[in-house]
Amino acid sequence: MSHHSHDLEPAAHGGEHPDNPLAPGLPQHKLRRTDVDPRAAKRAERQISLMFVIGTLAPIVFFFLYVYIPGDKLILIPFIGQTSASNFFLGMTMGVGLFCVGAGAIHWAKKLMPDVEEVAERHPIRGTDEDRATAVAHFNEGVEDSGFGQYKLIRRTLLGALAATPLFAVPLLKDLGPMPGDKLRNTLWDKDIRIVSDVTLNPLKPSDIPFGGLVSCVPENLEKVEEETGNLNARAKVPVVLVRLRPDEIRAQQGPNWDYQGILCYSKICTHVGCPTALYDQKAHTLLCPCHQSTFDLADAGHVIFGPAARSMPQLAITVDSEGYLVARGDFTQPIGPSFWERG
Amino acid sequence: MASFLVLFVGLLVMGGLYAGLTSAGTASAAGTDDSPQAIAKGRALFLEGCASCHGLNAQGGSNAPTLIGVGAASVDFQVGTGRMPLAAPGVQAKRGHVSYTQDEISALAAYVASLAPGPAIPSAEELDFEQANLQQGGQLFRTNCAQCHNYNGAGGALANGQAAPSLKDATPQQMFTAMLTGPGAMPVFANSTIAVEDKQAIIKYITTIRTSPNPGGMALGRVGPVSEGLFLWVVGLGAVTGVAVWIGAKTS
Repeated sequence: MSHHSHDLEPAAHGGEHPDNPLAPGLPQHKLRRTDVDPRAAKRAERQISLMFVIGTLAPIVFFFLYVYIPGDKLILIPFIGQTSASNFFLGMTMGVGLFCVGAGAIHWAKKLMPDVEEVAERHPIRGTDEDRATAVAHFNEGVEDSGFGQYKLIRRTLLGALAATPLFAVPLLKDLGPMPGDKLRNTLWDKDIRIVSDVTLNPLKPSDIPFGGLVSCVPENLEKVEEETGNLNARAKVPVVLVRLRPDEIRAQQGPNWDYQGILCYSKICTHVGCPTALYDQKAHTLLCPCHQSTFDLADAGHVIFGPAARSMPQLAITVDSEGYLVARGDFTQPIGPSFWERG
Repeated sequence: MASFLVLFVGLLVMGGLYAGLTSAGTASAAGTDDSPQAIAKGRALFLEGCASCHGLNAQGGSNAPTLIGVGAASVDFQVGTGRMPLAAPGVQAKRGHVSYTQDEISALAAYVASLAPGPAIPSAEELDFEQANLQQGGQLFRTNCAQCHNYNGAGGALANGQAAPSLKDATPQQMFTAMLTGPGAMPVFANSTIAVEDKQAIIKYITTIRTSPNPGGMALGRVGPVSEGLFLWVVGLGAVTGVAVWIGAKTS
């Protein structure tokens, strides 16, 4: 303790101001069992060593298990269930091994290392006047030695280089673009584009859509566009759902006769933050978004009846083509999905 | 050392709480029996057990829908999963104890099917999903089913106190008839929009994922971040807190 005795000193046990309840000082130091009973100290020593022995054996066992347990072997472990033997035993040996090393170290510190409380007084943060004067002198000496005031050409070119640096940022910022243009306002839906079932891409006739049914659909040209562009950007905007209501159940639509014989077509993309919204309650005719519980009433022009969405679910006007398949009458008349700054 | 052991025992008990239960669904006969005997037997059973709510001619009542046109598939699903007879009025009928034998369910289905045409119970051939396309089944499930039933069929919450049930105990026939009839708030997925082979693919996907092993052990309901996060917050942070208390505790 001699090397740090100038700032650490054994605490005044029992308190410096025993009468002041706000500064009672440290409680009386109590000796541990291991301080007074040599057998307890010996036992603690053996416990700590045992943990370190486990810490030594665990990596060796781990290594052999890694070699000998096949990676695809499954075993049944109580409380955990059917699980990979390799995962389980490698994890257990590694966990137990590392835990025993740490726990042994702490057990050592708690049981055998000195536990006498010590007080370290705080130092003032401000340096001494002498240190501060030395630092300023060193700085000035550096300025002098560099010749910053002497070499005018160097000084000006350096300042010029610093002034030009922000130009690097211009192309980097530009590459955050390009601006989306009208991409947020257009989708693949267009006049006479067939409405086909998602995944199976079958065209649909009005008679295919049952009352109380829900069909998740995409435009027939989606697959071709995805192949041409090599990305899924178009898919983000086109999903729609078809539902069928009895004509007297439809209270309002976003345009006159945008349904076809009670078949309504609405966007599947929530107007809040763009989650796919297809939790359709066929009794209440509501579409619920699983992300934040926005609820849209498809019998009433897709109006929001609950949740954080601010705008109705956009409706797509539909009809049938000459072969009797359901088609769009045009693109959506408003941007689908969440609001954006320039939407207005 | 004692506190250290208590910590270990505590962790083991916590882990034990997550042991799951499994139960098998009930088998049922495929196809609809339309013999006059079955219809007569079904009518007798109907008058005894169903007519008090659904009306003497299945025309419906003030608190029960009409059964004219719902088809045999609907009866097979509702009665075969124990949803009907309704245990108690509520926001939705729940899977429960099956009160009728398979013969009686077939008879009831035959009677309801005789009232008006409706979705029939699928044949054994329609229910054979062995050759179905598993990959397409996954895509169809995620497009049409996952939003309510969760991506692995664990079920989930809906609006107004309703919930999409877990598909853990559903038999292939019950999955098929549920898609055909749209029980409760569930939409109808008729054969005209989800073809029979697509339904088989969906059923194959559900039966495959619910029997696939958990290489990491402890599936925690397989519902993803919610139960896993809860486990880590409670058990993981609990263990860390316990160790911190042990480190900071005075030694006696």
